Amino acid sequence: MTRSARTILPPEALDPTDRAILNALQDGFPITPRPYDDAGAALGITGAELIDRIARLREIGAITRFGPFFDAAAMGGAFCLCAMAVPADRWDEVLTKVNAHPQVAHNYERTHALNMWFVLATDTPEGITRTAQAIEAETGLDVMLFPKLEEYFIGFRVQA
Amino acid sequence: MTAANPRGMAPLDAIDRRIVRATQAGLPLTPQPYAEIAAVLDLTEAEVIDRIAAMQERGIIRRIAIAPHHYALGMTANGMSVWDVADDRISDLGARIGALPYVTHCYQRPRALPQWPYNLFAMLHGSGRDEVEAKRREVAAILGDACRGSDILYSTRILKKTGLRLAD
Repeated sequence: MTRSARTILPPEALDPTDRAILNALQDGFPITPRPYDDAGAALGITGAELIDRIARLREIGAITRFGPFFDAAAMGGAFCLCAMAVPADRWDEVLTKVNAHPQVAHNYERTHALNMWFVLATDTPEGITRTAQAIEAETGLDVMLFPKLEEYFIGFRVQA
Repeated sequence: MTAANPRGMAPLDAIDRRIVRATQAGLPLTPQPYAEIAAVLDLTEAEVIDRIAAMQERGIIRRIAIAPHHYALGMTANGMSVWDVADDRISDLGARIGALPYVTHCYQRPRALPQWPYNLFAMLHGSGRDEVEAKRREVAAILGDACRGSDILYSTRILKKTGLRLAD
């Protein structure tokens, strides 16, 4: 993941149709028998072309994912933003231990004393505490929990 | 976002959970993706469509969509701005900040005093740090004297990014 993470696509990598797909498909996708045909029709392309283009967008790293976005809380589970202050000389070791947990959905290095920020997604609210405690036990470092109290915006809106 | 799962609403039954597991890595890139999921799970296409639509209706699926890779698309500066906002004004101001076009992921979160005085988080996206800093000044102007302090944390590396993985 980190290999492509540093790559910026040249502007010519995306043509106007790719940009239209990126903009339109951030909002949603039909739940119909032939959804690519239906979504393609709105963009003026065939379903087959839409499939090819999404596959290519994924291949070149323009998108990270295409599919359903689940709300862990609505499934009875939970999300929680967490942060750790990881000493530089222990970075790789701690990163390996943190990322080994399948509950760690996203993880970012950030510019702060709290330099590792990740999201835990678990089946149950108790899973957040359990996973955080496991990481603390494995690393000997504090895991700070920042659960959301109120949400003012959901999702993405990148103008491609 | 507390309304998505009103108390008493049935969570996922066994078939829903199989559908979640079959799609959490992504939707098949085939002309009839729901039929393909159905074939794998030994269900009918109509049943898969009905259940996915019902899960979206209930907020279990927020949407079926593309997740753009901000960095690859030139949004190279991804700043997590954090603000210490007066408790009695955060709901109103948070809604205003969340509505700004360059803001995503805007949340009230608990402070962790004394180390972390910030209770409002707002992701600012831009093509460079100058652009993000300009947006940060706009946010500061909106918050005005309700804000006692702020910081911004830039992401320097994506260390892991996967969809939600539902355990068995």
